[in-house]
Amino acid sequence: MTAVLEIRDLSKTYRTLRRGRRQALAGFDMTVAAGEVHGFLGPNGSGKTTTLRTLLGLIRPDGGEMRLLGQPVPERLAEVAGRVGAIVESPQFFPHFSARDTLSLLADAGDVPRTRVGEVLELVGLRDRAKDRIRTYSLGMKQRVAVASALLKRPELLILDEPANGLDPGGIREMRDLMRSLAADGMTVLLSSHILGEIQQICDSVTIISLGRRVAAGPVEEVLRAHSAASVRVRLEAADDLPRAAAALTEAGGQVTSLPDHLLVAAERPAWITRTLADRGLYVSELAPITVDLESVFLELTGTAPVAGQARQVDESVVVGGHA
Amino acid sequence: MSLYLAELRRLGKRRLTRFVLVLLILGLGAIVVAMTASSQKSGPAAKAKAEVAAEADYQEQMGYHRQFVARCEAAKEAGTSQQQGMPTDCAEITPPQREWFSVEHYLPFELDFRELFPIFIAVFAGILALAAYLVAASFVGAEWSSGGMTNLLLWRPKRLTVLLTKLGAVLTGVLATGLLLGALWTVAFWLIGRYDGTLGGMTPGVWRSFALDGARGLGLVLAVTTVGFGLASLGRHTAMALGAAVAVGVISEAGLRIATSVIGVPFPGRWILSSYALAWFNKKWTLIDVQSCAFDPVNGCVPKEFTITWQHSAIVFAAGTALVLLATLWTMRRRDVA
Repeated sequence: MTAVLEIRDLSKTYRTLRRGRRQALAGFDMTVAAGEVHGFLGPNGSGKTTTLRTLLGLIRPDGGEMRLLGQPVPERLAEVAGRVGAIVESPQFFPHFSARDTLSLLADAGDVPRTRVGEVLELVGLRDRAKDRIRTYSLGMKQRVAVASALLKRPELLILDEPANGLDPGGIREMRDLMRSLAADGMTVLLSSHILGEIQQICDSVTIISLGRRVAAGPVEEVLRAHSAASVRVRLEAADDLPRAAAALTEAGGQVTSLPDHLLVAAERPAWITRTLADRGLYVSELAPITVDLESVFLELTGTAPVAGQARQVDESVVVGGHA
Repeated sequence: MSLYLAELRRLGKRRLTRFVLVLLILGLGAIVVAMTASSQKSGPAAKAKAEVAAEADYQEQMGYHRQFVARCEAAKEAGTSQQQGMPTDCAEITPPQREWFSVEHYLPFELDFRELFPIFIAVFAGILALAAYLVAASFVGAEWSSGGMTNLLLWRPKRLTVLLTKLGAVLTGVLATGLLLGALWTVAFWLIGRYDGTLGGMTPGVWRSFALDGARGLGLVLAVTTVGFGLASLGRHTAMALGAAVAVGVISEAGLRIATSVIGVPFPGRWILSSYALAWFNKKWTLIDVQSCAFDPVNGCVPKEFTITWQHSAIVFAAGTALVLLATLWTMRRRDVA
């Protein structure tokens, strides 16, 4: 596995006169392998944007090491910047220029042929609105311009911070398809997003950050498996047999939760459940593994699941090993 | 080089740049038109007309004088001179002298190119400096506030190179505009002098002097451009430069003037920026301390003087510009782009 992005022990503390010290990154680690679509998740204020901005030379880190495409950054960022396309946070462009002007000025500044401008405008679906001023664009259209600007230099690594922000459902699907096709062409994509369903669908691996530290990382399936209390839903032909079944499974060493019309059996193989019940003359009508999704893992790991009657504050997340 | 050309292109494409350029041309054009309309060549007919007007004024004033003397005599005879504010000796009332009514005062305004063009060079530089300050401040300030600078730094992660290239582009634009409009300005006033005024006394030395005045003017414009650019970049917003300009105007031109006069500081003008601008254009500017003028029966009253030379101005402007530029570069290098 060749890593195109490596971050080790990255730290950053903001110091302001008004708010004092605020630690945004506290020894954060991340690795993104070449050719994968990597999801970068974290609650608001967890340090995602600080990480991306630090990686791209916009913010000076207090400590740690970073490498982009094998080169140490920020020391040799200028050498690899031409191979990295990025958008950070919400798209911001000079409102009185058209998308075409904006992109052609960037192309000129980066020695990219202007013919590429038309190609990326076509790619993000802005061909027919390219000559309109950006101030007339919706948030989703500005987002498309941002993605177009990142794609302009045919990057090897594409870093996108909330690319689906403001997009309509069709736009989100287009963006997903675009990511997939870029990844299929060999581009590595680092995708920061809050749309966890999207991340789960298109990402090969993820890193989850909370309060400036990595709380989970790895292939999506592994993260789901490692952080889910896997259980199996069991129904019987006769609901009256459920107490007997619960007793039998408990007696055989299983952890059982009884519910009115089914049982939940924790962390056991379905075959063991079937055999245990059949040995006692109980026959299963439904045996379904309860799957967890990325959203529930994310909420669990970051401690940001909503609680009825409570208004969670932005920085109320968890750190590794305990609650903040 | 590609970044420099892109920034030049960006500068030219900006709406504010175009708007200010049009305003600048209209403003300068209005001055030229006003000068053309008010300047008239003094031919023999105009001189004859002026002589008639001067004589008529003289005779009118003589008439008033005679009436006043007659009232004085009448008051003297009635013994009411004191009550009416009249002198007791009516011969003390001085009659108007014919030389007070010089023909030159009655001639229409005639632009003397040699005499007046240096003033118009300063006017041109002042207007151009205002326009350049606004354009330069907005060029970088709007980039910061709109996120354009962040985008650019993602493409070119060399902060000082990006900032200095932007400054280079705006200085180039201002210099090119200044040279082009300055040449047109010179031609326009030369034409006014040629057809509606006078070009008397023009020698190669005078042209050289004009060129030096113009160079000093453009130098000041470029310094002002740099300061506007630097302040907007320091504050990461155009408003920072505009606010600073207002603050300097209020503090230097009004606040310091009042404070120094209250405290009784000699030569308060030496603490005020506009004195240095005047010295820069006039080669020197002499301040007089009228408070120091004690009557001397032998030598009369000789107040103390303080002379600001254009070299002093050069030091003040260069130091101020360098200070702002260094602060701008330091913060560009050190501050996070959040």
